[in-house]
Amino acid sequence: MTIDWAHFTPASALAGGALIGLAAALLILGLGRVMGAAGIVGGALAIDDADAPWRWSLIVGLVLSPLIARVLWSVVEPVFAAPWLALVASGLLVGFGARLGSGCTSGHGVCGLARLSPRSFAATGIFMATAFLTVFVVRHVVG
Amino acid sequence: MKRIVFALVVGLIFGLGLCLSGMYEPTKVTGFLDLAGPWDPSLAFVMGGAIVVALPAFWLARRRSVAWVGGAIELPAKRALDAPLVVGSAIFGVGWGLGGVCPAPGVVDLAFLSPSAAIFVVSMAAGMLVYRAAAGRPLPGLRLLAQDA
Repeated sequence: MTIDWAHFTPASALAGGALIGLAAALLILGLGRVMGAAGIVGGALAIDDADAPWRWSLIVGLVLSPLIARVLWSVVEPVFAAPWLALVASGLLVGFGARLGSGCTSGHGVCGLARLSPRSFAATGIFMATAFLTVFVVRHVVG
Repeated sequence: MKRIVFALVVGLIFGLGLCLSGMYEPTKVTGFLDLAGPWDPSLAFVMGGAIVVALPAFWLARRRSVAWVGGAIELPAKRALDAPLVVGSAIFGVGWGLGGVCPAPGVVDLAFLSPSAAIFVVSMAAGMLVYRAAAGRPLPGLRLLAQDA
């Protein structure tokens, strides 16, 4: 394995991670809810749910955040390397899988690990493994 | 109203963290997920930074019952490693690897008015709605998987 030193950004990764952790801390202590993005988006789609209004508000905050980030530092446009058909498949699998598995990268990978939840350790290990495998197949077997 | 404003601020901080760490960028994520190529370990540092800050908050949350803004603190109670957790997480990982996007970064990327982000988020919402429809219906295999998810 070779480290990609040109793209490795440990300081901004740690600082950005700390902000994500702060957001998760505020949501659990302030609103009493776990900050899982899949649960928040999935719950927002159930508009009759009592938790739907704050979930939509958090989603609005996520969408507005790059506009603030742009003022504070330089933010490059995100690059989607996958063709649109792969993105459709990716979205369907991410949405369905995260709901079936009760969490995604933020719900299991950040909040679950911070709660020291055995279910989240298992989930994070599993989705990391299948993601590593998928990227390997796409880039080095098929590609 | 308090809950709405509070959640907006949380969403902004969450999104700023994704922007600063570079995790809104699919190629940055696939740089981590591609172990066979030149490897970018940044994502592990993002998770580490987030967990270190969130850990004491969850420790505290377990010892409290009422949230600052009011209402109960709800922490997941389930302990069992069951089939929905394993199968769902495996499916999620395949989707994450295919696009390099997971739910929160997908939503953040909508701000760039990128058609790719819109395609991803609409498909993700569709996947969630398929799950919801399947979980409430007598589809043999799915119902078995989804019964306690």
